[in-house]
Amino acid sequence: MTLKPNPINSLYIAQEPVFPKRVDGSFRRLKWVVMIITLTIYYLGPWIPWDRGPKLPDQAILVDLVHRRFYFFWIEIWPHEFYFVAGLLIMAGLGLFLFTSALGRVWCGYACPQTVWTDLFILVERWVEGDRNARLRLFHAKWTLKKWRLRLIKWMIWIVISIGTGGAWVFYFMDASDLMRDLWAFNANPVMYGSISFLALTTFVFGGFMREQICIYMCPWPRIQAAMMDVETLTVAYRSWRGEPRGKKRLSEHGDCIDCKACVNVCPMGIDIREGQQLECITCALCIDACDDVMAKIGRDRGLIDYLALVDETYERSGRPPVAASRHILRLRTSLYGVLWSLIGIGMVYALFIRSDIDVTVRPVRNPSFIVQSDGTIRNIYEARLRNKAGEDRLFHLSIGGGEDFELKLEALGSDVAVKVPADSTYLQRFYLSVPRDHPAAKGSLTPLKLWVNDVFSGSRASSKTIFNGVKK
Amino acid sequence: MSEKSEKTPVAEVETTGHRWDGIEELNTPLPRWWLWTFYATIFWGLVYVVAYPAVPFKESSSKGFLGWSTRANLAKELKHQTKKYAHLDQILITTDLGKLLNDRELVQYALARGSSVFISHCSQCHGAGAGGAFGYPNLLDDDWLWGGSIENIAYTINHGIRNTTDPDSQISEMPAFDQTLKHDEIVTLAQYVISLAKLENAGEKTPENELFLENCSGCHSENATGDETLGAPDLTDAIWLYGSDIVSVKKTISSGRYGVMPAWGQRLSPADLRSVSVYVHGLGGGE
Repeated sequence: MTLKPNPINSLYIAQEPVFPKRVDGSFRRLKWVVMIITLTIYYLGPWIPWDRGPKLPDQAILVDLVHRRFYFFWIEIWPHEFYFVAGLLIMAGLGLFLFTSALGRVWCGYACPQTVWTDLFILVERWVEGDRNARLRLFHAKWTLKKWRLRLIKWMIWIVISIGTGGAWVFYFMDASDLMRDLWAFNANPVMYGSISFLALTTFVFGGFMREQICIYMCPWPRIQAAMMDVETLTVAYRSWRGEPRGKKRLSEHGDCIDCKACVNVCPMGIDIREGQQLECITCALCIDACDDVMAKIGRDRGLIDYLALVDETYERSGRPPVAASRHILRLRTSLYGVLWSLIGIGMVYALFIRSDIDVTVRPVRNPSFIVQSDGTIRNIYEARLRNKAGEDRLFHLSIGGGEDFELKLEALGSDVAVKVPADSTYLQRFYLSVPRDHPAAKGSLTPLKLWVNDVFSGSRASSKTIFNGVKK
Repeated sequence: MSEKSEKTPVAEVETTGHRWDGIEELNTPLPRWWLWTFYATIFWGLVYVVAYPAVPFKESSSKGFLGWSTRANLAKELKHQTKKYAHLDQILITTDLGKLLNDRELVQYALARGSSVFISHCSQCHGAGAGGAFGYPNLLDDDWLWGGSIENIAYTINHGIRNTTDPDSQISEMPAFDQTLKHDEIVTLAQYVISLAKLENAGEKTPENELFLENCSGCHSENATGDETLGAPDLTDAIWLYGSDIVSVKKTISSGRYGVMPAWGQRLSPADLRSVSVYVHGLGGGE
């Protein structure tokens, strides 16, 4: 989708079909590898088993929305630990800064689901209908029986892939094997069928028909990423100073570009990279492979189209040799992003490993903030959320740190200060703290306290800060 | 050939004619599918208007052919929940009050149900946190005018206090002593009563007071600890519903106090009454 003249002066234009030609080369091979890895992770992820004991799910990756748990191999995240997700999002943000400042829209070109599935759909298209020229002919041909047959076969394969794609998604949210059985028996929740259908439809339409339109008109990333690039960022570009003026090879006044249009024909976005860096380019680098192939055939150096930074132009125009890509990537800005990214990552891994398998949070009841008992004792009410993340029942022993004068009483448990919390669950326990009226905490305003929770058998403990409200305003 | 390709395509694109500091705005056409998407959303909007309540009229709004309404949804949900918990309600109503508190699961249900009953019907006077207010008892403490056992609490909730519509209501009335006592007698009595209380600033207890024994001990008992069967408050504790300063106590003795409470047995279902009794008992002061 290049910016074309607008001859009919219309406000709207029809989509111009793109027929990317098959290409081979180092970047194409890299893209195949990325596609195999990402699709394998996506489709097989929910089927990796992971033993967590009898009461917990045995699926390695599971977002259990019903029970509000997220399982990732040995890691189990509870809702109150959402800060791990926040940390991951910050890392994703910094990762975006890092990769965009170093390599431009590398995400778009290699790893974006829209790119990966479009690539897969184009692969199917080529198997069924042939390469670019055959597809062009078929596109312009009348709707004969052969065209119908080829189109239907292609669409059928696309639909199978689409349903598989929508289907794989739902397995991340429920036990995969149970859900698979229910799905086949038409027993599963209608939400599941709805999700699968919706995702299958979007996969089919986005990968089969919308393709580059999604990137150009619907996706916000190109705009955001364009704002994060600088003159040192590597993008796919054409060495116009080497290629121009383009034309036949045997004329000596011509540059290296023989205007064979190989780079245009392989482009999945339908653009001409020789016009310079443009909004539509997803930097998939297939034009580099195509051009390198042609340069090899005509006996010229590779890299007429290459990963280049903006500064390279002035540098190379002055006759100096090309700068190594690694020198563009390793600079202060990218190093800072890399360091920040790693620090947060290390911090999160550390936080993951020091987590206790029991946890407590305390909320003082503030309405009213304190109660006067008949003998003048001042009492505060608290609600403690006791979390037992272990696979077995635990006995939580409660105590107040730094406040031996406080009388601790658990609701409905009399003088007992231990409460049984069932395995893998949260238990809400109200408790009371009382001090005589002549105690400084009773006379004062706020007294900081710490509630300790000990598990007698495992020895794990956790604490939560709270306050005691005295009568003083 | 080379001449043609020298031209940048951008130069051939029509512009809107707008220029800012030499920057021109290209008149790039929108994709046609975008237009169709726009039409589709308009169509969707029209369907929505017909299907759901949308057009406001003077009294009400258009109903929409799907007949959707939040009120109907709520009624349906309530009916569903009522049916779902009917068996628990049955156990709640039939179990003996004293034994009910031993059934942890039933107590959990009653607490959950009772808390919403409390918010709807009790919090207006006793406060959302049950902390009470001037003249409205705090239900979190261990002081109970009419008794703090689950049976006493349930009775009070059922029949109310000084409620003339309920023959079984608990009724007692503190006389207004400004008719029978002189002003200085009321002051002496007030000072004596304050000294009894376990208040922080209470001075030396004055010796047995003739005035108290003659006028007050009938209800509040000789040692001033009150009487729950009469709703007469304990005057020796730290909790004073109508204030413990000399002005407040003088006013209480002079004019009497007459706190009232509705008889909820007339208005709430048996399961609601049981639930809210368990809830109030479980607030921390229940005996």
